[in-house]
Amino acid sequence: MNRILIVGEHDGSRLNPAIAKCVTCARGIPDAEITIAVFAADPTAVAADAATVAGVDRVVTVTHAIHSNALAAAIAPQLAELAAAYTHVFGPSTTFGKDLMPRVAALLDAPQVSDLMAVESATRFRRPIYASNAITTVAAAEGSKIIATVRIASFEAAGVSVAPAPIEAVTVAAEPATHTRFISVSSARSDRPDLQTAAKVVSGGRALASADNFGILFKLADKMGAAVGASRAAVDAGYAANEMQVGQTGKIISPDLYLAFGISGAIQHLTGIKDAKTIVAINKDPEAPIFEVADIGLVGDLFQIVPELDRLLG
Amino acid sequence: MKRILVAIKRVVDYNVRIRVKPDGSGVITDGVKMSINPFDEIALEEALRLKEKGIVEEVLAVSIGTADCQQQLRTALAMGADRAILVQTDAVIEPLDAARIFRALCERETPLLAILGKQAIDDDCSQTGQMLAALWGRPQATFASKVEINGDVARVTREVDAGLETIEVDLPAVITTDLRLNEPRYVKLPDIMKAKKKPLDTLDPGALGVTPVERLKPVKFEPPPVRAKGVMVKDTQELIDALRRKGLA
Repeated sequence: MNRILIVGEHDGSRLNPAIAKCVTCARGIPDAEITIAVFAADPTAVAADAATVAGVDRVVTVTHAIHSNALAAAIAPQLAELAAAYTHVFGPSTTFGKDLMPRVAALLDAPQVSDLMAVESATRFRRPIYASNAITTVAAAEGSKIIATVRIASFEAAGVSVAPAPIEAVTVAAEPATHTRFISVSSARSDRPDLQTAAKVVSGGRALASADNFGILFKLADKMGAAVGASRAAVDAGYAANEMQVGQTGKIISPDLYLAFGISGAIQHLTGIKDAKTIVAINKDPEAPIFEVADIGLVGDLFQIVPELDRLLG
Repeated sequence: MKRILVAIKRVVDYNVRIRVKPDGSGVITDGVKMSINPFDEIALEEALRLKEKGIVEEVLAVSIGTADCQQQLRTALAMGADRAILVQTDAVIEPLDAARIFRALCERETPLLAILGKQAIDDDCSQTGQMLAALWGRPQATFASKVEINGDVARVTREVDAGLETIEVDLPAVITTDLRLNEPRYVKLPDIMKAKKKPLDTLDPGALGVTPVERLKPVKFEPPPVRAKGVMVKDTQELIDALRRKGLA
């Protein structure tokens, strides 16, 4: 029996959609029993969400006021304590998971598989290295506890179960560390789909030439029901917010459709979009490397094409 | 003396297009340009700026790896680090062992901050800083895009999926750097000459009580799957037609 503990990332009210993808990954492990752990000030709503993810056997909740904001230093000692009864501890490859899981691994003196993209057995996994320019297969020793962050672009979300899994409140002895304090979070909250889980993404590069010009992409995205992304060059230039960055050091995404406007296609950017089902590239430069990975390419001026798309899709 | 410890990893330069060895035993690194991991350069730059503000007196650059890492440490010294330590080993060092080595050095050198890159662009693990923080029993502020030190706390702005998060951590602490924290300075020729006189000590991992362990055995390496060649369309209408055929518009 492999007992897999998944940390249930959430925003206080909803389970992050990345967790249903972690569950699919965990189900790939033979003879898996899957538990989601929810750390929250009030876990009720999130635990109910987690209990309906198909394939989940159990949800455990740890309630503590400090968990009103997710802090790795607060969660890690408690998650490490819970991990004693499990063979694998998984988290999503989001900034939350990337921050938390290595801290847990170190507390458990266990190795971490980062960006786990395929399960070959309970101890053997595939993961990308060198900005996804190589894939390596790694094997952990039998009997070793395995910590992993799951590359969410590599897995489909598990469905919804009609029979919710049991939810159990648990207490842990480990006190959360208090040397780290949450101050604030600023984000351009919007009604647009979440970039990491959106089916369609419209993305812009440096060729947009200003933050104002990004407005035409937002308009098109709203018409298409798409999320908006950006290349590192566009973010560095201040045209787009940091959370919009797609690529090796930004978000790795796998939408059904990725529309890249004025993005040349540096390898670090391509890393972030290789799992998109259809990539469309629009660029003035016919030699732009983005065309090497595009399923559909169009050479032309985005400032003419974006409004045309907007109009013709109407 | 107040100091900052900065981690410097020698990696394949970010402009190099990586190729997997035909026998799948690794990636080709012979004759390939090597550099300081770009995120570590940002870590060093941040440490130097904090020193220039008078918050610390010394910047210590540390690398782990083969004797060749001295090149990257000399570059770090030329950028402005005061001294360097190479923990020399030919073994493959996994993040947990790197963290154990840094922990031993943090206990010895008692830095105010340990600043590391958020990830190395070779293995893309993004683990060492967080593991160091856990083993050292100190706070971590990962993916930092802004760092302010006020007495015995640091206020750090982090690049997270939702946007920008600000946290406060008690010092000493571990910080890992994101891209937009700063722009590293260029090294000037006279500084390269001066750097040759700065101290660069070499240590064995054993001297720090660490024996490297292989916990994750790399079984094989493969090139990534190649996407099938796409089609070019000539105008916006053709693009829409192509999307409609795929059921995407």
